[in-house]
Amino acid sequence: METDRKIILLADTEQSQQDKLRDFYTSFANQIKDKGLEDAVSLVRASDIGIYGKGFAVKILPRGIVYTGVKESDIGAIIDASVKGQGTVERLLFSEEPKQIRIVLRNCGVIDPESIDEYIACRGYGALKKILSGMNPAGVIEEMKKSGLRGRGGAGYPTWMKWKFTRESQGDRKYVICNADEGDPGAYMDRSVLEGDPHSVIEGLIIAGYAIGAGMGYMYIRAEYPLAVERVKKAIGQAYECGLLGKNILGTDFSFDIDIRLGAGAFVCGEETALIASIEGKRGTPRPRPPYPSVSGLWCKPTAINNVETLANVPYIIMEGGDKFALIGTEKSKGTKVFALTGKVRNSGLVEVPMGITLREIVFDIGGGMLGDKPIKAVQTGGPSGGVIPVDQLDTPVDYENLQKLGSIMGSGGMIVMDESDCIVDIAKFYLGFCVEESCGKCAPCRIGGYQMLNLLNGIAEGSGSLEDLDKLRRVALAMQRASLCALGQTAANPVMSTLRYFEQEYREHIVNRKCRSHKCRSLMTYSIIQDKCKRCRVCVINCPVNAIEGDREKGFFIDVSKCVKCGKCFEVCKFQAIAKE
Amino acid sequence: MCSEHILEQLKPIVEEWKGKEGSLIMVLHAVQNHFGYVPREVSLQLSRLLEIPLARIYEVITFYNYFKLEPPGKHRISVCLGTACYLKGAPVILEEVKSILSVKEGETTKDGLFHLDVVRCLGCCGLAPVMMVDDKVYGKVSKGQVMEIVSKYGKEG
Repeated sequence: METDRKIILLADTEQSQQDKLRDFYTSFANQIKDKGLEDAVSLVRASDIGIYGKGFAVKILPRGIVYTGVKESDIGAIIDASVKGQGTVERLLFSEEPKQIRIVLRNCGVIDPESIDEYIACRGYGALKKILSGMNPAGVIEEMKKSGLRGRGGAGYPTWMKWKFTRESQGDRKYVICNADEGDPGAYMDRSVLEGDPHSVIEGLIIAGYAIGAGMGYMYIRAEYPLAVERVKKAIGQAYECGLLGKNILGTDFSFDIDIRLGAGAFVCGEETALIASIEGKRGTPRPRPPYPSVSGLWCKPTAINNVETLANVPYIIMEGGDKFALIGTEKSKGTKVFALTGKVRNSGLVEVPMGITLREIVFDIGGGMLGDKPIKAVQTGGPSGGVIPVDQLDTPVDYENLQKLGSIMGSGGMIVMDESDCIVDIAKFYLGFCVEESCGKCAPCRIGGYQMLNLLNGIAEGSGSLEDLDKLRRVALAMQRASLCALGQTAANPVMSTLRYFEQEYREHIVNRKCRSHKCRSLMTYSIIQDKCKRCRVCVINCPVNAIEGDREKGFFIDVSKCVKCGKCFEVCKFQAIAKE
Repeated sequence: MCSEHILEQLKPIVEEWKGKEGSLIMVLHAVQNHFGYVPREVSLQLSRLLEIPLARIYEVITFYNYFKLEPPGKHRISVCLGTACYLKGAPVILEEVKSILSVKEGETTKDGLFHLDVVRCLGCCGLAPVMMVDDKVYGKVSKGQVMEIVSKYGKEG
């Protein structure tokens, strides 16, 4: 089913001349037409191909040739050499060592996610054929061991060990589950993989099933991702039609079924024991471990639970070999990691980078630097369970151990860039508030501890905190870490602890000086009128909801601090920047 | 809604899932897709048909944010308060929507036209701040645009 249809991506790597890209696209399309090639290629305008500041780029798939700095006059030569022929135009070839390596996202945006034929054309289900025609389950696990792949859901447990334990557990039935309950705010890697390349996850799940001896797999997907659900459903249907799922797959003794289960808006269901409860149709509350799911999981049977990204890596590892996979990354963290880079960065989006890359490279080389003119303050990784990494640690290589040492975690892959206008107390409050809201309420340390910490933080943000509160925060956090039942509670305090570790000074400013240097904490702000700039137009007077602005056109206007509710309306409506906010 | 009418509508859903292990959440999803929420009368019928105690059904409905016990407004407005949106000014957008509609999050306007929800990440952080009306996503929303967006749906009725 090899297809020789070529896909040509055109992109403006300067991200600034989109109108010229349109002209470039038109003349590219015309020349393709002139040469009678329009049926053999699809021409696509891409917004971002992961290269920046190199003029117009042309990427030709499936060969993956990239040309940069392409002028309109070069189009003819490129078409002749690389579209019609099998050659290249040497002088335009893009040769810089790419910072991104695409393994998990190898097919995303390249193939039609709703077509199993295109997936197969890109060597899809080749790994499944390979194992069924000559690898025993122990061999598969051995290959995974060589690869060094660790769980991409956050904790980083070696995948091969999870599979081995589940395989060795006694049980008449065993299960594998794909955890696609991506709930971290600011992370959407799993969604993109499920929507862009659902078959790779399904193939990974079938291989996992084969390795541990399971006959049934579940995909647990967030109901908030309707397109992902639809695509996975369709992909499962296609796999059944092609004999890749169901009884006697590809004519062997191996039978495997997959069914979809939907989440229903509970963050805690990303925790494995809560997820199992949810698939069983119950409230998604965690239970104590051990026994671990590998011994007693879904319906008390041995169960292996793997994250979407982990499973998407599996077919690649089987096809290319664990040794090749292990060449990428650091000593203890192998392969790549997909991050959702967002926040105050120029190019937000998904990036897939080898482990060991520094945060600085991700933010500045791949992300294109800061959005706006404010300097970078910190990078947050790991979502509500992670921490904040300050600017002086940006050169740390990213892997599981290093991030943990810095008080954060790899997490599922949210990476949020913050600049000087972001208040650290506000950020801590935001993440903790999320965990408090999402706590299932089963165990006291998480339910009560989170709430008390949030109260303390609110007090600090409102200017009623005391220095003792910082100690109290630390004490409660420790109790939560040690005594909570599941990872949600154990890690809920991480954002607070890591900000306290690096930005204690900022907390102290809130408490002692009653000042928020980023002007985010509303209660700590004071508004005043700069008399030199004020034109006495009275717009602020009219707009103030509490009539806190007094005075007249003769004497000038003043804000009565005792009446002011700090809504900021006057600041917004003033056309002369005559309102000062401190 | 009379019980016979409900029974008829529930029949295909129950037939698909009855007997399958742990199907309650999937059944509730199907019910909510059909009715827009999970009415009490429907839960009563479900309890009989699936032989699951009503308390078990309510226990599940009230645990998960996704299930609604009240009929939703005609248009659902979701304001994203995920991290990226939060940093890029989503709280201001939320305040604006609240003041325009005079409702709090999780509430429906008196005329039943709008329901306001706060969501944590719609999965399009590159467009932050984001709000969604029904299935349409509005990205890079500014405070000034909120009125425009909301009034578009107000006029259509």
